[in-house]
Amino acid sequence: MARTLFQKVWDLHAVRTLPNGQTQLYIGLHLVHEVTSPQAFAELRERGWTVKAPHRTFATIDHIVPTAAQARPFADLMAESMTAALERNCRDYGIRFFDLASGAQGIVHVIGPEMGLTQPGMTIACGDSHTSTHGAFGAIAFGIGTSQVRDVLATQTMSISPLKVRRIEVNGQLRPGVFAKDVILHIIGKLGVKGGTGYAYEYAGDTIHRMSMDERMTICNMSIEGGARVGYVNPDETTFEYLRDRPYAPQGADFDRAVAWWKSMASDPDAVYDDVVRIDAADIAPTVTWGINPGQSVPVDGRLPHPDEVPDSERAGIVEALEFMGFDGGLRVLGTKIDVAFIGSCTNGRLSDLREAAQVVAGHKVAPHVRALVVPGSQKVAAAAEREGLDRIFQEAGFEWRRAGCSMCLAMNPDRLSGREVCASSSNRNFKGRQGSPTGRTLLMSPAMVAAAAIAGEVVDIRTWKPEAVPALA
Amino acid sequence: MSKIEEVRGRAVPVHGDDIDTDRIIPARFLKTITFEGLEQHVFEDDRLEAKAQGRVHPFDEPKHQGATILLAGANFGCGSSREHAPQAIKRWGIRAIIAESFAEIFFGNSLMIGMACATLPADQLQQLMALAEEQPDLEFRLDIHERTLSAGDRVVPVTMTDAVRSALLSGNWDATALLLDRYEEVEATAARLPYISGWDRAAV
Ligand code: SF4
Repeated sequence: MARTLFQKVWDLHAVRTLPNGQTQLYIGLHLVHEVTSPQAFAELRERGWTVKAPHRTFATIDHIVPTAAQARPFADLMAESMTAALERNCRDYGIRFFDLASGAQGIVHVIGPEMGLTQPGMTIACGDSHTSTHGAFGAIAFGIGTSQVRDVLATQTMSISPLKVRRIEVNGQLRPGVFAKDVILHIIGKLGVKGGTGYAYEYAGDTIHRMSMDERMTICNMSIEGGARVGYVNPDETTFEYLRDRPYAPQGADFDRAVAWWKSMASDPDAVYDDVVRIDAADIAPTVTWGINPGQSVPVDGRLPHPDEVPDSERAGIVEALEFMGFDGGLRVLGTKIDVAFIGSCTNGRLSDLREAAQVVAGHKVAPHVRALVVPGSQKVAAAAEREGLDRIFQEAGFEWRRAGCSMCLAMNPDRLSGREVCASSSNRNFKGRQGSPTGRTLLMSPAMVAAAAIAGEVVDIRTWKPEAVPALA
Repeated sequence: MSKIEEVRGRAVPVHGDDIDTDRIIPARFLKTITFEGLEQHVFEDDRLEAKAQGRVHPFDEPKHQGATILLAGANFGCGSSREHAPQAIKRWGIRAIIAESFAEIFFGNSLMIGMACATLPADQLQQLMALAEEQPDLEFRLDIHERTLSAGDRVVPVTMTDAVRSALLSGNWDATALLLDRYEEVEATAARLPYISGWDRAAV
């Protein structure tokens, strides 16, 4: 019978149906970081269990690392103790740890693919909701909580119920100035932040299949923002070419065998879906969030909803968001003055994101009132960007060029907003307090739009915006 | 593994949809290697915001102290996978959450720590929230066998899947022991995965 990739991967990794009615699912790759793992390891010790498959388990630090001065011990003693705990746990259980000295440290969802650990047809788990990112390779990747991290460590399996599959087909040519980030913000805006609950999203269509792996990762990354725990793209030549010669990818003759198997795992053409949604790429504009969840977005030149004109069921949420953000309903987000510009995160902290932003920035200066930073997603991204001279382009424009980590995506390291600052951000969440100030405000957008906002000092439309030329030196 | 058959106690209503895990427990409190003390910071920024605006957050209301059942809106617990969120709620004293709907990872995390979650239609929830506000001493009771929520003499059916119900009733919500049972079947599964057992064995 024709099956989707989700069903094929599920069937292959299902161990048995447990007495609790859920499926015991084998996990092919377990990625670990410092925030959601210490309590899991502590329980493992307490109960006298061990790590079943240390060679299928890899660790990094990302959330709490400072991105400016990285000398140990970290100034923040809690950050230091979390790092020390991960070091000890990895040492005690024989887990490969991509630490700061490894040259391969970075955000967990950037390094998995970059090292070739993330592969099609796998099941992947990580104690982080953006684990959906890895679905870009045709893997089924679950974000899990700490008790499940403990289960995966102790058994290399977890107890879980199957998901339905919604195919989201995007077809046609994206308009100039429209990026993968806009596509996923558009999808979430359309289907809602809880539209994906109970579903895995299969992203398909010619627009998606023309995308690079970096772009597909941006899309899959934000599946969870639409309520879908899992998002994936069927593997194709782009996927295989990306994986060729990566450190942990199959090599030589094995690679060819792997490609044949990977191809066989893609959804069958006549597979049946629980739901299908079609989107015309031409309808997508550069998109910006104006509210306090990632579904509250508008085309950059569009109007914000007016509380008088929305359905009763949505009014309270919209009023709360408008009040928190200090926006009036019916006005535009275009022209909003910003205080901070942040380029980075597991959504948009990869080399191609930095290239796109650098292109906008080259030869211009960050507006005097704006604090702007670029934080590469991994040490490898940083090194590659530096080889291309992107760091100089950013620094000459007045951006800070930082070390790899989650940085200002969330408030667990020194990078954060203060007071009611407004941040143009390439990250994935605009929740209240997300960027470290309980009253701070986040506008999510593509890296190119963040770069343009940094130069202009306000939200601009990348399609029409023309920066003032920097006067030539006399 | 303890069986959970019912949750009794007073109820605390938290209004609003899409309450995310950053609001339930802000990230700065995740800088810890244990879950201890998280209850002190549950909903911290929302509580501060309420105070600043001259309101009182339900978790600060004297009348709701000691409540064991949380009533919430739609998509409760959306956002990050941090188990710190249900941990903070549970450590504050909550044993069951009844919401219009839940975000999936939060729901799973809650079950994994033995916090019962069930759903109710919005209109019924609104009525029960109002009831909890007007009569904060009223005893609520979630009956997991019967899948009902009662408040005083009012009884409404709640939605809870068979899997969740049986996990709570049997004590199997803590699944690790189940997962370690019959481990040879796990090994057999791993052996059929070419990326584990060797690509030369990939059958295509
Ligand atoms: S970059 Fe942000 S979303 Fe991604 S893993 Fe780090 S904190 Fe989470």
